[in-house]
Amino acid sequence: MGEFGTSGLPRETFVGLYERMSLIREFEERLKWLVETGVPVGAVHYYVGQEAVAAGVCAALRTSDWISSTHRGHGHCIAKGVDVRPMMAELYGKATGTNRGKGGSMHITDIRVGVLGVNPIVGMGVTHAVGAALSAKVRGTDEVAVAFFGEGAASIGALHESLNLAAIWKLPVVFVCENNGYAQATPAEYAIAVKDIADRAAGYAMPGNVVDGQDVLEVYCAALTAVDRARGGEGPTLIECKTHRYYGHHQGDDTLRYRTEAEEQHARERDPLVIFRERVEAGGFLTPSELDEIDARSREALDDAVSFAESSPLPELGDLYTHVYVD
Amino acid sequence: MATAPVIAREMTFSQALNEAIRAEMQRDDSVVVIGEDVAGAAGRAHLGLVDAWGGPLRATKGLITEFGERRVIDTPIAEMGFVGAAVGAAMTGLRPIVEIMFVDLIGVCYDQIVNQAAKMHYMMGGNIRLPLVIRTAFGSRGDKRSYGGGAAAQHSQTLYAVLAHVPGLKVVVPSTAYNAKGLLVSAIRDDGPVVVMEHKFLGFAAKGHVPEETYTLPIGKAEIVREGTHVTLCGIGRMTHICLEAAGKLAEQGIRAEVVDVLTIAPLDEETICESVRRTHRLVVVDEDTPVASMARDIAARVGEQAFDWLEAPVKTVTAPDTPVPFSAVLEAEYIPNADKVVAAVRDQIG
Repeated sequence: MGEFGTSGLPRETFVGLYERMSLIREFEERLKWLVETGVPVGAVHYYVGQEAVAAGVCAALRTSDWISSTHRGHGHCIAKGVDVRPMMAELYGKATGTNRGKGGSMHITDIRVGVLGVNPIVGMGVTHAVGAALSAKVRGTDEVAVAFFGEGAASIGALHESLNLAAIWKLPVVFVCENNGYAQATPAEYAIAVKDIADRAAGYAMPGNVVDGQDVLEVYCAALTAVDRARGGEGPTLIECKTHRYYGHHQGDDTLRYRTEAEEQHARERDPLVIFRERVEAGGFLTPSELDEIDARSREALDDAVSFAESSPLPELGDLYTHVYVD
Repeated sequence: MATAPVIAREMTFSQALNEAIRAEMQRDDSVVVIGEDVAGAAGRAHLGLVDAWGGPLRATKGLITEFGERRVIDTPIAEMGFVGAAVGAAMTGLRPIVEIMFVDLIGVCYDQIVNQAAKMHYMMGGNIRLPLVIRTAFGSRGDKRSYGGGAAAQHSQTLYAVLAHVPGLKVVVPSTAYNAKGLLVSAIRDDGPVVVMEHKFLGFAAKGHVPEETYTLPIGKAEIVREGTHVTLCGIGRMTHICLEAAGKLAEQGIRAEVVDVLTIAPLDEETICESVRRTHRLVVVDEDTPVASMARDIAARVGEQAFDWLEAPVKTVTAPDTPVPFSAVLEAEYIPNADKVVAAVRDQIG
């Protein structure tokens, strides 16, 4: 998708895409800094490098639509509209967190904006998006569900069962594979029999396409097509976004045990925020100062989120025993 | 004028389950049924083929004709996928009743039950509700080669302790047609995940009075089904009937056994069990499950912790042996606890 294909987009779409990417980048870099300065935020998986996928897909959704997320889920949550203040408070284990301090990074949820949950059991969240799409269909609404998953989940049965169920039931669901090349340290070319996971769509009688996951406009356009198709009752789509995670699988992971420096440098030449800035500046859609202003707002939002998290109360010890059963 | 005699309305355990589901589907449009062969012959209506089967206990028979394929959703063999879909549907406005044909199959969808459904409410800090019912058939017959017997190691297990073990799951084990209906209605109306364990043998063999109107029975409440003073026999599911049979035999020997039907194994009604033991001073727990890390030993341990001073003899358990379920009829019969084994355990205690 070139500039000509996106030149008809309204200005607020460009703003919305960059706001999402900028806020995700700022959140993750701030979080990384907090981790490295010793703030005990538990296990985290940084989304840096993959921002275009979450931003492009979620910009094509409504608040009433649903997403299921992965262990690398901060980006999806932010892009779908979860407030970064309770998100950060959750990472601090505070009572004001999205999950009242009971979930942490790997379980962030805000059902009010359609986030079914970050889910660290690889592939399982996909089934929940299928369930949300089934629910939408049974309830007679036009809600759409998106299942985000990594290429690591492409090998688990839950994904294949989900693709089949979505296809036979013609559900309004979009499967978004973020292929960042590595399932922790296992390369995709070792673990996956096909070059493009999107090819597997054919086995489930649905459209499958590969997009450049570093190009948010390309992701957005592919998502819009798939979401329209889903909302129109035409069934599911599989989109594979080729992308790159900048940092390790989790906060302590040394990537150079399984990736080369040359490979990392090459991938980082295609930074999703830089690519977007160059495109919209060249096309005259947004000015450098407008983009800088969005970045400044992201920094302020994170200053605010961190101070909110730090000043929030810890849970009461009695909270350990609440919410075991649904009252 | 003499009133007409009331004729008890009798039905089987399976029919009671069917009636509970049907009534709740009529009452609440968000209740849906999901599973393998819950209708049978899905998509073959144009050939005049609908409602072929209705699952192993026939509990969903006829639902497709009344509620249609929008709410009676047949699935391919994909437990991980469709139990997961039921979890997602429960988070987004439906009240799914999902059927796992046999509890032996939970291995392939264990994550959805243990890591997803059970923990979701807690992990999310109470911010989501998960009104999900998981129905599943379990157990073996142990005496005849009729339905429910002769299915061997992968289709005869009891396997409820591995569910009761997980915080957040409620697990009910009805024993009669009456409590099957009431507990299933309660499970459907519960806003959290509830597993309903349905014994294959009871499905067609347990027949009894079931009121026509819809009623609920409290989840987490055991019931004293026979009063006695010398020993408490604690039964789960079909084992409650074995306890009652044993109590009859013990009565002939002058031993008055009280029988507690556990009904819910998670959360366990410790109070009713301990109170009974405080009166009788002896406890035998009868469980069709294998003994290691089992409900039988869990109940024994809880009574040991909370009612030790009232016990006049060590607690006994009568369970299946620590082996897989065998195939051969003679071995299967030996495998399942029976009344004679329960009587022997009581005789050991009383001396």
